[in-house]
Amino acid sequence: MTIIEPRQIAGVAGPETASGSIRRAKHSVRIIGRRGMGSMGWGDGIRKAKHPVLIIGHRAAEIDIDDKKMLDYLLELAQKGNISVIATPHTNPALLERDYTKAGIMPAIEIGHRLTDPDWKGIDGKGPYDLAIFAGLPNYMESTILSGLKHFAPQIRTMTLDNTYQPHACWSFSNISGRDWLENLKAIIEHVED
Amino acid sequence: MTDKGINLKIRELQSDIGKIKDLEISIGKFRQDNWTELQGPTPFPSMTALRNWDKKLLARYQPFYLPFSDHCDLCTYGKCDLTGNKRGACGINMSTQQSRTYLLAACIGAATHTSHARELVTHTIQKFGSDHLLDTGGLAVGVEAPTIRLVCGIKPETLGDLETVLDYLENQLTQLLSATHTGQEGNHLDFESKVLHAGMIDQVGMEVADIAQISVFGFPKADPDAPLVELGMGVVDTKKPVILVIGHNVLPAINIIDYLKDKRLSDEVEVTGICCTAIDATRYSPKAKIIGPMSWQLRYIRSGIPDVIVVDEQCIRCDSLIEAERIRAPFIATSEKNCLGLTDRTRDPADEIVADLVSGKAPGVLILDPDKVGEVAVRTACAVAPERKKSGTLLPSQEIIDYAKICTQSNMCLVCQRACPNELNIPESIKAAGQGNFRKLIDIYDECAGCARCEQVCPQEIPLYTMIVSAAAQKMREETFKIRTGRGAIQDTEIRKVGGPIVLGDIPGVVAFVGCSNYPKGGQEVAEMCMEFAKRRYIVCTSGCSAMSAGMYRNEEGKTAYEMYPGSFEAGGIVNVGPCVANAHISGAAVKIASIFGRRPLRGNYEEIADYVHNRVGAVGVAWGAMSQKAASIMSGFWRLGIPVVVGPHGTKYRRMLLGRADREQDWYVHDRRTGEKVYVGPVPEHLFFAAETKEEAMVMIAKLCMRPNDTVKGRATKLTHYIDLHRKLFGTIPDDIHLFVRTAMDVPVTMKGEITRVLEERGWKETIIPDPTLLSHQIIKKEL
Ligand code: SF4
Ligand code: SF4
Ligand code: SF4
Repeated sequence: MTIIEPRQIAGVAGPETASGSIRRAKHSVRIIGRRGMGSMGWGDGIRKAKHPVLIIGHRAAEIDIDDKKMLDYLLELAQKGNISVIATPHTNPALLERDYTKAGIMPAIEIGHRLTDPDWKGIDGKGPYDLAIFAGLPNYMESTILSGLKHFAPQIRTMTLDNTYQPHACWSFSNISGRDWLENLKAIIEHVED
Repeated sequence: MTDKGINLKIRELQSDIGKIKDLEISIGKFRQDNWTELQGPTPFPSMTALRNWDKKLLARYQPFYLPFSDHCDLCTYGKCDLTGNKRGACGINMSTQQSRTYLLAACIGAATHTSHARELVTHTIQKFGSDHLLDTGGLAVGVEAPTIRLVCGIKPETLGDLETVLDYLENQLTQLLSATHTGQEGNHLDFESKVLHAGMIDQVGMEVADIAQISVFGFPKADPDAPLVELGMGVVDTKKPVILVIGHNVLPAINIIDYLKDKRLSDEVEVTGICCTAIDATRYSPKAKIIGPMSWQLRYIRSGIPDVIVVDEQCIRCDSLIEAERIRAPFIATSEKNCLGLTDRTRDPADEIVADLVSGKAPGVLILDPDKVGEVAVRTACAVAPERKKSGTLLPSQEIIDYAKICTQSNMCLVCQRACPNELNIPESIKAAGQGNFRKLIDIYDECAGCARCEQVCPQEIPLYTMIVSAAAQKMREETFKIRTGRGAIQDTEIRKVGGPIVLGDIPGVVAFVGCSNYPKGGQEVAEMCMEFAKRRYIVCTSGCSAMSAGMYRNEEGKTAYEMYPGSFEAGGIVNVGPCVANAHISGAAVKIASIFGRRPLRGNYEEIADYVHNRVGAVGVAWGAMSQKAASIMSGFWRLGIPVVVGPHGTKYRRMLLGRADREQDWYVHDRRTGEKVYVGPVPEHLFFAAETKEEAMVMIAKLCMRPNDTVKGRATKLTHYIDLHRKLFGTIPDDIHLFVRTAMDVPVTMKGEITRVLEERGWKETIIPDPTLLSHQIIKKEL
C-alpha cells in the first residue's frame, strides 16, 4: 500500500482512508480510492452514480486554474455529467455572475448534516443522493464534513475534486500541482461526458 | 445539595410540650430572610435535574458529529477503531465517543473558570474579608448575580457567600468528569445533556469570578462609559521599560500596577498585556495597555519589545519561556497551574530573585505569591531595559531575503503551507521575499493566527514566523487603536429599557462576539461584523479576544468600533463586558430580561427561564475564532439557555454541531401557553450550534437566528428585513426559505411586499397564528373549564 500524506500535516489518516487502491491517471497523478471503491475510477464513480450531487464552496470562485476559475470547471462538469449542484451561500454571487441559477443554496454544514439522513430527498426533491462530490470548501472544514459522512453516512459515497488529499473521502486526488490538476479535471469532464 | 452549613428540616414533631410543624433552621453562611422570592424547583441542580429540558433542545437540534480522529485511545484496551460508528472494546460507539470528548472539553473549560474563580475568591477574602459586600453596579444593579440566583437559588451578598457557590460547582465538575470514565455514560444524548450541564456550571463559575473582582478592585461597575484605553503594538512607548503580562488571572498584574504607583513609577514603566489579563489590567488602571488577542502573543514577544514577561494562567503558549529566552527577556511564572519547570522562588528575598533574573543566572522564576510579583517584575524590567534596548530582535531586510533564497519550494516542498491552519500561501510570499518584495509576507501577517507551525516544519529551518513579523515591523508600529474596557454587568435600568423591544422584536437582536482568535481570515472580520450589526441597530456585545479584535480596525472615518458606537446596552451599542469570565454578564442579561421584563421567577427556576429566553430573547453568540476548551464550555452554557452560537469554519473541529432541520415541520411546534394548542412556529431559531464557512455566511445566519416564536408582527418584519437585506447584499438573491418565517401577512416587511408575496404564493404559504410560546407543557396556563 502506498502511503499518501494528507494535505493537512497533522491530519493523520485513520484505518479507513482513501488509500485502498492507487490508480494512475495523466501525469502520474495518484487518484486514491477508499477500500472497495478502488476498483472503480473517478469517472466511473460519477457515471455510475444514480443521483450525484456536486457541493461547491466559496473558494472555487477564488482559485485560478489556468486562465479560468476552479468554479468554471466544476460547472462544466455538472453540466456535462448532469449533476445537481448545491453551492454554499457565499459562492452564489460568482454563480450569478455566470448566469447560473440552477444551483440549490445551502450552508456546507447543513448539507453535511442532511446527507447523514438516508431519508433526505435532496434539495431537488428527487430522492437520496448516492454520491456527494465536494470542491472548494476550506480544506479543514471539508475534512471534518467528509469525516462526518465517512462515519455516519454509509449509504453515500464521497469524492473531492480539490487538488489536496482528503483521507476521509472515498475518492481523492493526492496533493497535486495546478498543472496536474487541470489535466485531470479535464480528463474527468471528458470521461463523464462519454 | 443544600446551602453550606447546617440545615435542619422538621416536617412534624409531636412532643410532650406541643407540636411543631414545618420548622426549618439554617445555621450557616446564608441568611436568605431578606429575599422573599419563593425557591424554584431546581436549586443547585444535580447532573440530571434538567435532563428533560436538555432532551427537548436535543430533539430539535440534533448532534451532527464530525470526528476529528477515527480512534479512541483513552484506556489500555485501545486504540480502538470506531470508524463507521463501530464500537470499541468497552462498547462505546463513535457518536458517543464524540459527545464524550466534547464533555471532556467542556469540563476542562468549566474547571478552568471555576478554579480561576476559586483563586480570586480565596485571595480577595484574605485581603478584604469574607463579609466584604458584593457590588457589581451599586443601585443600578439590583439583580447582582442573575446566574447564581437562577442556578443555585441563593442571593449572594458577600465574598464569603461565593464560597458556597464554588463548593457546588466543584462538586458538579467532579461528577461530570467522572461520567467520562471508561464504562460510565453510554448514550450520546446523555453525554450531550451533561455537556449542557457543564456549560451551565461554567456560566456560574464565570459570574463568581467577575463579580468577586469587580466588587473589590474598583473595576468599572456596569458602566456604559467605561474608559477608552489604548490597544495595539504601536501604542507602547518602547523607550521605557516594558512589562508584558499574559493570561487571565489579573492578580499579579494588579500587584505590578500597585507597586508602580507606590514607587511613583507609573509614568516610567509600560504595563502591557495580552489576552484577558490585559483587559482586566485596564479595568484596574486605564494606563495599562492592551497589545491584542492571544494570536498576538508570539508576534509581540518576537518583536523584542517586552523587557520582562509575566504569565499567569490560561491560553499562554507553552513555549513562552523558550520564546522569552530567545529575546533575553526575564520570565516570571505566577500560577500553580503553569509552573513551566521553573524553580519556586516564592519565599526568597526579592533582591536575590531580581539579581538572578537580571544577571541571567535564572532565565525565569516561579513566584506563587501575587503580592511579590510586582516588585520583582518592575525592578527587573528597569534593570534590564537599558541593555536590552540596545539591540533588536527582528531580522534586517537582507537577512529576510537571504533566508528566503534557501527555500526549496521549487521541489514542491510546501510543507509550511500544509502545516498552516489557514493554509496561507507562505511559499509564494517567501518566493517574492527572495526577490526583495515583502508585500505578500506583510499580507500574511494580517491573516496569521500566530501559531508558528510553519516554522516548526520547514525542512530548511527558515525562521518563517520571525520573517513575517520582521517584514511587518512598520505595520506593527501603526497598530494604534482604542477599545472601551470591560464594563461588567448590564444595568437593571438598561434591561428595563430594552427588555420590551428585544422580546417583542423591535430591536432585531442581541449579537455577542465572544471567544478566541483562531480566525479563518484575521480579526478584521470580527470588527466588520460588529460594525455592521451596530449600524443595523442590533445590540452588540463583545468579550475577551473578540473584544480586542473588534477594536483593531478603523473604518473609512479612521475610527474604531468603540469610538463609533456607545458602550451602553441599547440598539446600536457596542458593549464590551470584559474578559472571558465577563461572558456571564451577556447570558446574565438574557436571564435578567426574563426576570425583570418578563417577570418570571428567577430563583432556582432554570427550566422556565431557559424556555423564556429560547422562545423570546433574540440573542445569538458568535465565537468566530473559538479555539479553546473554555470556549467549548462557554458556548455550552449559552445552548442550555437555548441561545444559538455561530462559529467560524475552524469550529467544526469541536467535533459536533447542533443543527435543526427546517425541512421537518414536526420539529417546530410549540405549546401556546394561553390555549394549550400546539402551534407551528417555523424554524426559529433554526440551529443551536452552527459553523459558517465565511464571514458573509455567518452574518446572514446571525440575522436569521435572531428570530424567535414570540416576535410581534412588527418585530418579525424588522428581523426579516435585515435577514433578507443581508442575504441580497451578500449572496445576490433573496433567501428561498422566507415562507418559513412569515406567520401572518403583517410579518412581511412593507418595503419588500411585492417580492415576498410572490415567493409566498409560489410556496403555497399558509397563515398561522402567533402563540404565547413554550416548549414546556407545564407552562400552559389555560384554565380548566
Ligand atoms: S475507552 Fe473504550 S473505545 Fe476508548 S480505548 Fe478504551 S475501550 Fe477503546
Ligand atoms: S504562524 Fe501564521 S503563517 Fe505560520 S502556520 Fe501559523 S498561521 Fe500560518
Ligand atoms: S517549508 Fe520551508 S522550504 Fe518548504 S516551501 Fe515552506 S519555506 Fe520553503
